[in-house]
Amino acid sequence: MTQKETSLSPIIDIENLGLDAGAHLLIKHGLARVAVGGEILVTGSAPGWEAQLAAWCRAQGHPLSFVEGKAKITRSGIHAGRWRGATQTGHADPKQHGAVHEQALPCYGLAARGATVEAGAPEYVFRLNRKQEVWADNAAELYAQAVAAQWNADQAIDWNAAFELPDEVEDAVAQVMTYMIENENAALVVPARFLGQVHPHFREVQAVLSIQVADEARHIDVFTRRLRLRGREPALSTAGGQASLKTLLDEPDFSVAGFLLSVLGEGTFVSLLNFLYAHAPDPVTRQIARLAAIDEGRHVAFGMAHLLRRLEQEPALRTRLARAVEARNDALSGTSGLNEEVFDALILLAAGEFTPGAIATGYARVQALMTDMAEGRLARLLRLGFEGKDAQRLASLHTRNFM
Amino acid sequence: MSKDNAMNKPLVMGAVAYAPKVVTIWEGFKEYFRRHDFEFDFILYSNYEHQVEAQFNGTIDIAWNSPLAWVRADRMARARGQSVRAVAMRDTDCDLTSVLVVRNDSATGEVSALRGKTVGFGAIDSPQANLIPLDHLRAQGLVAGRDYTARRFDLLCGKHGDHIGGERDAALALMAGEIDAAWMIDGNHLAFSREGVLPAGATRIVARTGAYDHCNFTTSPGAPEEAVARFVELLLGMAWDDPSVRPLLELEGLKAWREGRTSGYALLERAVDDERFYDAKGNILVADYRY
Repeated sequence: MTQKETSLSPIIDIENLGLDAGAHLLIKHGLARVAVGGEILVTGSAPGWEAQLAAWCRAQGHPLSFVEGKAKITRSGIHAGRWRGATQTGHADPKQHGAVHEQALPCYGLAARGATVEAGAPEYVFRLNRKQEVWADNAAELYAQAVAAQWNADQAIDWNAAFELPDEVEDAVAQVMTYMIENENAALVVPARFLGQVHPHFREVQAVLSIQVADEARHIDVFTRRLRLRGREPALSTAGGQASLKTLLDEPDFSVAGFLLSVLGEGTFVSLLNFLYAHAPDPVTRQIARLAAIDEGRHVAFGMAHLLRRLEQEPALRTRLARAVEARNDALSGTSGLNEEVFDALILLAAGEFTPGAIATGYARVQALMTDMAEGRLARLLRLGFEGKDAQRLASLHTRNFM
Repeated sequence: MSKDNAMNKPLVMGAVAYAPKVVTIWEGFKEYFRRHDFEFDFILYSNYEHQVEAQFNGTIDIAWNSPLAWVRADRMARARGQSVRAVAMRDTDCDLTSVLVVRNDSATGEVSALRGKTVGFGAIDSPQANLIPLDHLRAQGLVAGRDYTARRFDLLCGKHGDHIGGERDAALALMAGEIDAAWMIDGNHLAFSREGVLPAGATRIVARTGAYDHCNFTTSPGAPEEAVARFVELLLGMAWDDPSVRPLLELEGLKAWREGRTSGYALLERAVDDERFYDAKGNILVADYRY
């Protein structure tokens, strides 16, 4: 293509390129350089290029005439009409001023944050469309950390590590893994349910929830593989344990669910995983526990960051969070709490041997775990601004099922 | 017509359902007219012949007619001592041309080289891909069946070629080497290239018809004049930069409505006579036309 600027109109020579082979791009760019109502001249040599140009101009709404073998196109203003009343949807970089809107409008739809959205685009209903309801300022960083920390279970865990456990202890490991899988199912489903309700405008939150779901899927996989490593099948699942988890799935508020699941539940779970890392009787379980604990730590961090931000702007939320813990405690008052089989299995697992001396050690370790869990819950509640006495009470009301 | 009358008696339009989107389009128009307190309704026909006939028995006040349907309605009206009017059309209905396309490796450089060859046409009742092209070649001294073989790609007859499937089938046959040349509207040459039916640069235009106009809104004899005037006024008021209207205009393939004109149908009038499609009274002459 050659383009000549004359004192009259720019001339675009599309040479022998047809409009059935992309010549319209050269013409479009030529038109973009003149104002609405301005003219460009087009010449070409492909057979029938004039017919093609006429068809293109007709469809685009640009008036066309032919003068001395050249096509004269007048730029129509009709295209600008498409973007009249369009909506600007913030900026891609969340750190820019005004990048993330307080309210993501239904008409933003699935557009990339920062895109210009044509008026008349379909409206999407995303229930969680207010920044305050979902946002955490460090969401992008937490996502980046999560991506960097992903691990491949085949490479990160030495499944062939040599160990041999007494049958009773191996049974205990299977019971604990059964319990962990059940809890991780809740930890997967809760964010997954919210994921589809979060407006894509809050893409950093969307990303955190997505990778959280992927983390939990990986945990469920490795717990299952450990459970079956010595030929066991999943063991017992109690009504009380499931009732406790069901209250998490039933919670419709993103912040309250995050508080119950991530801050209290997964926070407690981190203690349990650290306990397994320290005291599990075999190297495979210890490796799994270490990796899962790192992931769960990020989940807790997101929950805390979101709640700290929201509580700062909306202190009354603290009362709702407290009530949620109380309500959950009430709802679970008729259940037995932690699966007795799980409690016993933890003792055996920490004992490592089926002897009175070892069991005494295991029992003491589980007691220490309980204290560690309670202290962790209390510390997080205090960090969220609950008064000492309230924090103490709420920490104690947390489900005996741990999660 | 007063507003009360308009509320009681809608202006009834006929349209041919050549594709499912036709329902979406006219339901959208109905809603648009209602927003402007203008009562409007539509009846869908499966073919233009019955639609035009309905313009003469009081069923419809106005019809969204193909150019061929316009020619027939005009002839039927004149034969009855009545008149029909083309009151509005799309900006994209003005000054179309059809192009004859060959494969780029073909030696055919001009129309005379088509002697003895096979040329692909659209549906029997397509003004743009059959009647006007036949007439164009006849005017160049080439008569189908005598000088060249015409292969017709009949699809959904009665829809006057609105369904461009016939043109697309001809284009596919051209690329498959089954025919030597194919006719299509200039815009469809570009559209088939975008679709990949015609690979970029694989075809060449060797002939182009004169310019002709396409569809128009044709009033029926005795149509209520005030209502028709309001209908046209509302059509012309549809702005492409109005997001509530733009999707309808995009579906119907226009940027703006224009007042109707009848100066662009001369080529088709001649083709209809030469190819003996309708007689002067609008009677159907062509024998193998099923709709």
